[in-house]
Amino acid sequence: MKCAIIKVVDLCRLARHKIYKLRWTAVWAVSGPKAVLKNIFKESGARKMGFMTFKGGVHPHDGKEFSKDKPIRELLPKGELVFPVSQHIGAPASPVVAVGDTVLRGQKIAEAGGFVSAPIYSSVSGTVKAIQPRRGAVGDMVNSIIIENDGEMKEVEYSPVQDVASLSKEEIIGRVKEAGVVGMGGAGFPTHVKLSPKEPGKIEYIIANCAECEPYLTADYRRMLENPEDLIEGMRIVLRLFDNAKGLFGIEDNKPDCIAKMQELTKNEPRMEVCPLKTKYPQGGERQLIYATTHREINSTMLPADAGCIVDNVETLISVYKAVKLGMPVMNRIFTVTGDAVAEPGNFDICLGMSYGEVLEAAGGFKVQPEKIISGGPMMGFSMFGLDIPTTKTSSSLLCLAKDDVAASETTACINCGRCVSACPEQIIPTRLAKMAGHGDMAGFEKWNGMECIECGSCSYICPAKIPLAQSIRTMKKQILAERRKKK
Amino acid sequence: MSDLYNVSSSSHIRAKDTSSKIMLYVVIGLLPATIFGIWNFGLNALLLILVCVATCVASEWAFEKLIHKKSTVNDFSAVVTGLLLALNLPHTLPIWQAALGSVFAIVIVKMLFGGLGQNFMNPALGARCFLLVSFAGTMTSYTYDGVTGATPLALLKNGEAVDTMKMLLGTTAGTIGETSVIAVLLGAIFLILMGVIDLTIPASYIVSFGVFVMLFGGHGFDLTYLTAHLCGGGLMLGAFFMATDYVTSPITPMGKVAYGILLGLLTGLFRIFGANAEGVSFAIILGNLLVPIIEKFTIPRAFGQKKEVKQHE
Repeated sequence: MKCAIIKVVDLCRLARHKIYKLRWTAVWAVSGPKAVLKNIFKESGARKMGFMTFKGGVHPHDGKEFSKDKPIRELLPKGELVFPVSQHIGAPASPVVAVGDTVLRGQKIAEAGGFVSAPIYSSVSGTVKAIQPRRGAVGDMVNSIIIENDGEMKEVEYSPVQDVASLSKEEIIGRVKEAGVVGMGGAGFPTHVKLSPKEPGKIEYIIANCAECEPYLTADYRRMLENPEDLIEGMRIVLRLFDNAKGLFGIEDNKPDCIAKMQELTKNEPRMEVCPLKTKYPQGGERQLIYATTHREINSTMLPADAGCIVDNVETLISVYKAVKLGMPVMNRIFTVTGDAVAEPGNFDICLGMSYGEVLEAAGGFKVQPEKIISGGPMMGFSMFGLDIPTTKTSSSLLCLAKDDVAASETTACINCGRCVSACPEQIIPTRLAKMAGHGDMAGFEKWNGMECIECGSCSYICPAKIPLAQSIRTMKKQILAERRKKK
Repeated sequence: MSDLYNVSSSSHIRAKDTSSKIMLYVVIGLLPATIFGIWNFGLNALLLILVCVATCVASEWAFEKLIHKKSTVNDFSAVVTGLLLALNLPHTLPIWQAALGSVFAIVIVKMLFGGLGQNFMNPALGARCFLLVSFAGTMTSYTYDGVTGATPLALLKNGEAVDTMKMLLGTTAGTIGETSVIAVLLGAIFLILMGVIDLTIPASYIVSFGVFVMLFGGHGFDLTYLTAHLCGGGLMLGAFFMATDYVTSPITPMGKVAYGILLGLLTGLFRIFGANAEGVSFAIILGNLLVPIIEKFTIPRAFGQKKEVKQHE
């Protein structure tokens, strides 16, 4: 019975899509028959490529044109650099240098504070000026090591390996752990933990998250265009750890050049495959990406490993390559400075610890005074009230918006239109959950699957009443998690 | 850097559509039926429409002024209510009754329960039912081309023959907006294309109603009879413009299907076994009241919520 109902719903959806096609008549009326042909061809091409996807999601303006065609530029830092000891999920690292010490580029300045933790390395040579709390991108004060850069970039000697095949699995994971590699897409989960699941034999897919579904960001895109070999080498190293696994590269179809390039480079790799994905936010969300590429579903109580998958972002895999093959710790990353308020948007190879302001200067500063600056993308990034904040392993971009949509829009009453429901990639009911969050109804919130929210912000984006749904749900989730911890 | 930038919780961008824009789309979607109604029934219909819309907007404004709330008349929802109510009235209805209905719709059904988004039943339909019980005489006397006669649906109920072609076009007796199926569908297609409504509720409503009529209508699979039932009364207007009212329909995907089927069954029940030829308004209002229960039983399964991992190889 339920099955039949689902089929009816699906049929209705199909019918709607069919009727959608009628819009070509409108295009015909406005711009003539040629425009219709042109558009239909464009769309059918996109559809053939963008086959894999998930249910729900939104299509925000992607804004990638600002920095898409700007090659990666290396930036040399000036002045002081700030290294927060907590750049990852898990225990903060503990400093192993003292004020007054001289350090080299690539020298460990803080060691991992536990298994789920990661060490931190200096990205410049210089003197340790202070160890004190500094403000981070999320707005909190984090204990940080401040290094006065001497501008000489004297490096430690790294220990590269000639042949990765000579390393045992434990040695590979050891090198990843030692280099301080964490999930560099934004979450910052220590990679060596991800690479050590309980049953490595059950891992069937290593998924490279090349979706870059956040609007405006182009760091991963440039990486794929400029260093695809490093990415593939990183994947090859990870595949060494899992004998039964296949490597998948999930790339959104708004990057056809990357898809072509990666397909070309992996055509002789039997264990690797490129999966073109439909361009839709949040295609690069971990659960959504796993579903799109493998059709397996995981929920909030499961790890990707429970579905036989491990997901790593582009920058992370390249860091794995550098750590294992070259013996280099995480000291640099690709960083996009973009937005309509930036004079010369671009992609930069930055030394971690530089301030957002310093990178912005390299991008020519502001063209107009922005209303909002964001660390990360516009959908899940963190807005910051100032620029004197250090970049960390998880900083992917600085987005400067001349107009702040959120401040400009006025919240009105919910009209129950259900757009948040169709946008929600987790198929929950954001507007009801937000209402329950407002009432503090924890039982109802959990009953309506509120804990499944991935905080992607699609509901807040699409809401015609401009209600900050994701924000309410996020707050409630935190409260419930805190309650649970108390009970334990 | 002394000046501070705006800080807020993500996401930091918003889609362009607003609630008032959606309401405006609904008004546009109702225009074909409105224009046809005016053409079909004359200036009296136009006057009635204007009075309903104006009274609705005015009473919302006045009520909010009275309780010192910010005015929400510019969100167009009162315009939609007024227009929908007018389209559900016979063009011969005395103006004062129409105005009273409009005040009832806005003040009693909508504002007293908390305004936009809080009303538990469709204001326009609530007012129509209020008028139907209060002024049964004027609300059910239909004149067409100067002749007072029965609506096609009433004829059908008495077992007389009806002209389905006329019902499709709308050149029959009835309320201002319900007669022309073509005009209503034109507006509905516009709303579907704009993504304002989706087909789930109308489709499950119409299909389940059709099945009910075939099973219990006493005519079996008689295409003319079925078409007459589908085109007659306010079914199309109700299915596309009132059953899909966001506020008073379920938000859960499964709930939408259940709600549509419920409406179809209730409409069939009222039309075939009830005393009246009509049944759409009462069916939708009853359906509205059951929405919270429907939602409670149709909480969707969240993504990935299952005992074991799905395997598709």
